[in-house]
Amino acid sequence: MPESLLNNLYIFILAMFTGFEVITKVPPLLHTPLMSGSNAISGISVVGALVITAAATGDTLILILGVVAVAMGMINVAGGFLVTDRMLEMFKERQQPAGGEEGGE
Amino acid sequence: MSFFTIANLAYLVSAALFVFGLKRLQSPKTARSGNVMAAVGMALAIIVTLLETNFANWQPILVGAVIGALAGSISARAVQMTAMPQMVGLFNGFGGGASALVAISEFMRLLSPDLVLTADSGVSIVLGTLIGGVTFSGSMIAFGKLQGWMTGAPITWPLQKAMNAILFIATLAIGTYVIWFDPTNTTLFLVIIGLALALGITSTIPIGGADMPVVISLLNSYSGLAAAAAGFVVDNRVLIISGSLVGASGLILTNIMCVGMNRSLANVLFGAVGTADVGAGGSVGAGEHAGTVQSIDADGAAVMLAYARSVIFVPGYGMAVAQAQHAVRELADVLKDRGVDVKYAIHPVAGRMPGHMNVLLAEANVPYDELYDMDDINDSFKNTSVAVVIGANDVVNPAARHDTSSPLYGMPILNVDEAEHIIVLKRSMRAGFAGVENELFFHPKTMMLFGDAKESVSKLVMEAKAA
Repeated sequence: MPESLLNNLYIFILAMFTGFEVITKVPPLLHTPLMSGSNAISGISVVGALVITAAATGDTLILILGVVAVAMGMINVAGGFLVTDRMLEMFKERQQPAGGEEGGE
Repeated sequence: MSFFTIANLAYLVSAALFVFGLKRLQSPKTARSGNVMAAVGMALAIIVTLLETNFANWQPILVGAVIGALAGSISARAVQMTAMPQMVGLFNGFGGGASALVAISEFMRLLSPDLVLTADSGVSIVLGTLIGGVTFSGSMIAFGKLQGWMTGAPITWPLQKAMNAILFIATLAIGTYVIWFDPTNTTLFLVIIGLALALGITSTIPIGGADMPVVISLLNSYSGLAAAAAGFVVDNRVLIISGSLVGASGLILTNIMCVGMNRSLANVLFGAVGTADVGAGGSVGAGEHAGTVQSIDADGAAVMLAYARSVIFVPGYGMAVAQAQHAVRELADVLKDRGVDVKYAIHPVAGRMPGHMNVLLAEANVPYDELYDMDDINDSFKNTSVAVVIGANDVVNPAARHDTSSPLYGMPILNVDEAEHIIVLKRSMRAGFAGVENELFFHPKTMMLFGDAKESVSKLVMEAKAA
């Protein structure tokens, strides 16, 4: 197994653990924004698409596939972050100070 | 310092921004800034990549990027909150599609005579194509179901699970063969792409209706894993890190949804979801209970609410369908003005995706500290004057507690039946998604208020004001 692959596997596994730690603590209240926000992050494949497209010299088919991948990735990134922002903007606390018991979140 | 080093350090900053951004989603107070942080991380990664590749082929890239950014932002602005599950599903599918295309393009690049497909990049390419392809076609099916373009009911046929297993194994087997024995075989690689897309369809199509939260979460996880696989393909760490963060996130949500439905992850993965005894359970239940339903009109219900000490609203998918969330907030305002204590009880799998009800109620300006998770509110029902169930069904069915023959048995439910009075807003006596008759509707404390949820609630608002 080449060293770079081994390193990448280390990164993959450790990042998974980081993800579990960070995300387990997100309250159910925010699960939809969590999903659409993390969804936008998975649009990071647009970076892979950029690398592929930039390297496509002389092969039109790869160029076309790359451009389609860039477009798809950008839909995911732009749409994902914007829609998450739209949702999070709506989450508001109670205006007047409320007496009695308070919310768990 | 070489530019390669600088670029990698910048990617590291990006990855850190993603982690911090996700961390800030732990509280509604910091969540919005967290999302902005993640977006900045993404912008940084994209700019660095463009610099690193010296803006090669920038014209076609610009075209693709502009089209994608426009399409994404226009739909993000236009989408209604009730349509959020399918929007997220659609974006998800595009992310998976992009990852698959990265893997496919890399395979094609390595076809050139002076390059070879090594075993390790071959494995990444096949996995990237498989996971990305499944994410893409699976998300499109989920979108179609949620959007109502195809039936939301489970579509099943004999030996479906066996077929899915065969498709999956065949993809891996052909992939293995291509990698180790025939790395330039384009035809077989096309077969792999086709099988991946088919598998996404056949594994999503048997899952329906109320089980959608599981599917959406799982596809979310797949899209992350697909991005990570694409990261292995192009040897880029920021892809691997972000992909695995998202993969982990989706898995956690999937697990929470499974626990909320009392189903194992294995049960979901092997395609049994939504096929459990639909119909059969319903007819039995109907026979047992028929004839003991009490109905109430808006007038009577409004008086009950207006003179209640405390009210808990229990929203479900029916509220989303009827777009009743604004009317519900209005009703809550009227009641609060009269001194009634108002809360909302949210079941983890209410709606069509994790947290669906919270978003809808937030849209209607319900303060989030009035929204309570199941575990935080279940003990309060017994001290509550009236529980109002709006378009929720299986998540309030007491049969889940004691009826071992019910498909719902073991599913954690909201203890609505412990409230002093129960008002259920429902269109008709039709059974819930699981096809099971709901015991709650026949409960001596339950009054049914039949009609469209939005109209019923609006009537309640008027009557409660007058009461």
